[in-house]
Amino acid sequence: MTARTLAAWIGKRALGAVLTVLAASILIYGALRLVPGDPVLALTAGRRLTPEQIEAVRHRYGLDQGFLQGYLGWIGDALRLDLGTSFNYQTGVTSLITGRLGVSGLLVAYSAVLAIGFGTAVALVSAVKGGLVDRLASVAASVTTATPTFVAAIGLLALFSAGLGWFPATGAGDGFADRLWHLTLPAVAMSIAAFGVLARVGNAAFAEELGREHVEVARSRGAGGAAVIRRHVVRNALGPLLTVAGLLVASLFVGSAVVETAFGLDGVGSLLVSSVSRQDFPVVQGIALIAVLLFVTVNTLVDLALPFIDPRVTVGGLGR
Amino acid sequence: MTLTIPALRARSARRRRRRPLGLVLAAAFLLAVTLTGLLAPVLAPRSPDATSLLDSLAPPGTAGHLLGTDSTGRDVLSRLMYGARLSLIAPLGVVLLSGTAGTVLGLLAARAGGWVDAVLSRGMDIVFSFPSLLLAMLVVAVSGPGLLAPICALAVGYTPFVGRVVRSAAMQEGARPYMESYRVMGFGEPWVAVRHLLPNILPMLVAQSALAFGYALTDLAALSYLGLGVRPPAADWGSMISQAQSAILQGAPWSGLIPGLAVLLTVVSVNVLGEHLGGSIGRKREGA
Repeated sequence: MTARTLAAWIGKRALGAVLTVLAASILIYGALRLVPGDPVLALTAGRRLTPEQIEAVRHRYGLDQGFLQGYLGWIGDALRLDLGTSFNYQTGVTSLITGRLGVSGLLVAYSAVLAIGFGTAVALVSAVKGGLVDRLASVAASVTTATPTFVAAIGLLALFSAGLGWFPATGAGDGFADRLWHLTLPAVAMSIAAFGVLARVGNAAFAEELGREHVEVARSRGAGGAAVIRRHVVRNALGPLLTVAGLLVASLFVGSAVVETAFGLDGVGSLLVSSVSRQDFPVVQGIALIAVLLFVTVNTLVDLALPFIDPRVTVGGLGR
Repeated sequence: MTLTIPALRARSARRRRRRPLGLVLAAAFLLAVTLTGLLAPVLAPRSPDATSLLDSLAPPGTAGHLLGTDSTGRDVLSRLMYGARLSLIAPLGVVLLSGTAGTVLGLLAARAGGWVDAVLSRGMDIVFSFPSLLLAMLVVAVSGPGLLAPICALAVGYTPFVGRVVRSAAMQEGARPYMESYRVMGFGEPWVAVRHLLPNILPMLVAQSALAFGYALTDLAALSYLGLGVRPPAADWGSMISQAQSAILQGAPWSGLIPGLAVLLTVVSVNVLGEHLGGSIGRKREGA
């Protein structure tokens, strides 16, 4: 592949991602317009406002303009990092979100490390050992894949907080070590389903590489098992693992809504849930936009990284 | 993604040799849950809403309360049986809606081709880039809590999940000679698609719908758990777990763990069933 085709391909993927985010942002903005009746009633959700305030709300959301103009105003402000003002907190949505990013970011990173670390390890060990270990791992993967995050959360709460008292049930803690300790149960709850998916996909990918002729030949000729596995099996199985891991990490962000609520953490996810139930639409729109942006960005980056990690994946899917 | 698919196929090929026990257990469990939901008024030992503060937080096994009571003394077994109704009907609604829409759009995209296919495929990709739970929350923010709005939102969210599979299956099937011969015989396109193409991709459609049912059940239960789904006094398993949160911290976890287990086992069973259906299609394909 030449540098030019590569650049063209990257440009095409990036453009596709931007278009997807734009379309999603129209959907997010349009949800408000889909409400039967006056959108202001949904926006203000029964709060008593003076006619001037209602007029201000109309103006702020561009409801006194056409759909296109209103949307352009909203997305224009969003591009300048101004996501509007919360009805409930009366402060800027952007600062509400950034103030909570610390907890949520650490939580997502923590659970991603747990899911990817344990998922790949279990996948590799079960694929190499086979037999009973493989079967047990397969059952464990099936069950954990199907475990809803909130069920995992209350199970962990019941066992390790209320039952054994090893971990705190609520709060995010102060200082780094204390925070990690507080976030351990939430991170485990969030990572359980992702762990199951990675263990399954990883096991399948590793098993396929293990069954290849060059691996079997290398092992039968007495080449060191660990070296063969590292050089031929793990490296070649990285592609599918990375694709799935990207999808899962992006979905962890949404899972944080459930976990942060269950464990009483003050993060972006719990802000989303409380804003949805209070119909604090500016906050919901802002978080939804950021979530979709993250989701699309992570998946695009993974797609772009694949040909560099695995030379068998050709640019643009040609030649395979 | 090109690498994932053969990997998954290798996996199911190894699995195929042993299947019956898990499959039988899954089918039996789903049948039992469906029947208890249908017959809840007959089977439930008590009214699901009868509170009795004297009996609150009775542990499972207490006389008269086989699975114990919750913090307001309501019988967990009775609530579980009644809760099965909404917990199963709501995702069924999602699957029927998204299955119909996905089939129509997928067939249309595959058979029409050209710009229709391009627009539909791109649209499905965009909806697919939206996490379904987020879509549901967005709609609830507008409509307020309740199940109807999230059911519709999830139906939209899962349409590409079905539609993309139907599209690619219909593309493969449509390239076979028998399809061309029907067209040569002068049958209209919609007739051929519905009468001859659809039956051939039906097993795959059912398998995909089973997986979607599990996802929808999880999403809807999560919404109810967050207080954004079912509105009290109506209850599903998710709202039961939500109401049990404080009891769990008081060391009386059964009123939350039991409905949680019900959700988990139902989703596992549906997945096992869906995987078996998907696997048997693969077997048929390879045999052909």
